[in-house]
Amino acid sequence: MNSPSPGPSLSLFERALQAEQGVEASNAVTVSRPSPQPSPQRVEGATRGQVVLPGKGPLLTRSGWSAFMVALIAVCAVAPVLNLWVPEGHALHMSTYAVALLGKIMCYAIVALAMDLIWGYTGILSLGHGVFFALGGYVMGMYLMRQIGADGNYKSNLPDFMVFLDWKTLPWHWTFSDSFVATLILIVAVPGLVAFVFGYFAFRSRIKGVYFSIITQAMTFAAMLLFFRNETGFGGNNGFTDFKRILNIPLATPSMRMTLFVLTGLTLLGFFLFAKWLVGSKFGRVLQAIRDAETRVMFSGYNPLGYKLTIWVISAIMCGVAGALYVPQVGIINPGEMSPANSIEIAIWAAVGGRASLIGPIIGAFIVNGAKSWLTVAYPEFWLYFLGALFVGVTLFLPDGVVGLVKKLRRKAAA
Amino acid sequence: MTPDLLDEGARRRQAHGAAPAAGNHTESGGRTASAGRLTTPGQVDVSHGRILYLEDVSVSFDGFKAINKLSLDIAPGELRCVIGPNGAGKTTMMDIITGKTRPDEGTVFFGSTIDLLRHKEAEIAQLGIGRKFQKPTVFEQLTVFENLELALKTHKGVRASMFFRLDSAQSDRLADILVTIRLADSVNRLAGNLSHGQKQWLEIGMLLMQDPQLLLLDEPVAGMTDEETLRTAELFLTLKGKHSLMVVEHDMSFIREISEIVTVLCDGAVLAQGTLDQVQADERVIEVYLGR
Repeated sequence: MNSPSPGPSLSLFERALQAEQGVEASNAVTVSRPSPQPSPQRVEGATRGQVVLPGKGPLLTRSGWSAFMVALIAVCAVAPVLNLWVPEGHALHMSTYAVALLGKIMCYAIVALAMDLIWGYTGILSLGHGVFFALGGYVMGMYLMRQIGADGNYKSNLPDFMVFLDWKTLPWHWTFSDSFVATLILIVAVPGLVAFVFGYFAFRSRIKGVYFSIITQAMTFAAMLLFFRNETGFGGNNGFTDFKRILNIPLATPSMRMTLFVLTGLTLLGFFLFAKWLVGSKFGRVLQAIRDAETRVMFSGYNPLGYKLTIWVISAIMCGVAGALYVPQVGIINPGEMSPANSIEIAIWAAVGGRASLIGPIIGAFIVNGAKSWLTVAYPEFWLYFLGALFVGVTLFLPDGVVGLVKKLRRKAAA
Repeated sequence: MTPDLLDEGARRRQAHGAAPAAGNHTESGGRTASAGRLTTPGQVDVSHGRILYLEDVSVSFDGFKAINKLSLDIAPGELRCVIGPNGAGKTTMMDIITGKTRPDEGTVFFGSTIDLLRHKEAEIAQLGIGRKFQKPTVFEQLTVFENLELALKTHKGVRASMFFRLDSAQSDRLADILVTIRLADSVNRLAGNLSHGQKQWLEIGMLLMQDPQLLLLDEPVAGMTDEETLRTAELFLTLKGKHSLMVVEHDMSFIREISEIVTVLCDGAVLAQGTLDQVQADERVIEVYLGR
């Protein structure tokens, strides 16, 4: 009864159908699976009596790979050359300010990509992703604080803020902060674990939609209040700053800055490929199915809990890694990163770029943050109005974001 | 005691002790025996001639008794039609069978051994109960092909999904069903762009991909053309025998086409049961449908 063979129960009916179509019943159904096509559009190729099933598409199209390689070369070769070798004052010189800005925005782009996986593909709007970003950042920050050694203002082996608070020893949760390897592990483990526990209870209770969004806002707000307290042991409202070294190498040198920039770029590109693979697999299609019709998914035999939890934790870990790359480049981490507004901004990046497209949110992060860094300098009083107008405008006129707009224009041009 | 007897006894004892170790052969052939029957986990026991068994099931929402002491059973391979006026509890009954709603009391068994009240929706689907919703529910942003692929009976865990590839037997099956549901020309179309009738067929196709033993079909021909309705009737009749079907429908000509036994639900309980002619002649049924 459970035979997986093509339902013998149907054969009579099928034969009748095929007889209707005037096809020899024995070889009516020919399955041919074309080799992966270079174009992303799967071929429409069903002919009479022959079903052509689409083959598995490639990870990236040929033009996609070309663009990827261009980005890779730009990050690993062009930027370092323009910044380090082309002399200052030359027209092609890339300023330190530009390196710092782009490095920072690439961290944001990773967060936007993570947001796209959970919101764009799974339909779960998190307004608390700033927490995971900040947790990754704090783990890195603790390591960087220990790297200062006795060079702080108080010439103590303890971080300055602990001396200020008159603490004599490191609190227990700083135990592994002097080990770089432990830091790398914790950057992944801490946001991952927090996300797992939070997600498990939220998804098991089937909290959905706007309720989930509100709870994530509450989570990030609660975390911010916790980190504001001096007793928590994370430097209170000042957070961590005045970093000096990483792996005993001074931070404030052009080459170190460039190294971090390249690392961030590679991480972004790597996460992009990973996300592309993830959403291209059946796993990714189940996520979209959960977004569109969760009950159907359940009645098809899938337990959505595992799927939601997996993508939620993956998304949180990506944010944590982004935060860890962000802190040494920006030189400060404080509880402000956990403010509810920050998390909302992440959602805006994804919406502006275009949800469920992977590349869209990355573009969105660049557009919004590029505009932010320009506007906050040129017209500081208008930035928030601009952000609000942008969000309203995108929601009303560009439901699929910039990427959706480009696609629409292309289709018009082709027609 | 002679040495012979001692030797004999020792040999017997050894043989006795070795027997269970030789293999996993218990008296029930490696399976667990309970209540005098042999059961194999994961397999539906229909030795008592019933694949679905509801007894004294009641559920109320905010004091309103949606299902009231409902008892109903279905034989393996049977095609059972369920009719009843709006609010009779047809959809709620399906919700209870598929684990979406927990009844306040009563028992629901799949075969003789599987207590459905102890399982969640996804597990019930895995056990072999497929369900079509009243409103066609397909994954609108995925193609027809992807819709069917997701429904395919296979491992449904997270890791299995990440590394899943359709093998050739599964491809054949998928192609077969595409022909059956007449969507072979629309393999790459988005399900959201299909017509209402085509969505109904796609959802039925997804059920077939699941290869369930029991299919629950809530108004499967709503919104279909006459020709589509006729073909749906043909399909259900071919499925009968191999699968058990429970069809809820308002379309009486469709019911007449496929039915053998019709159950009439009213106010959350069985009002009448029999052939369509019998129930249509039943005074109480006429009153429920025409009276009031």
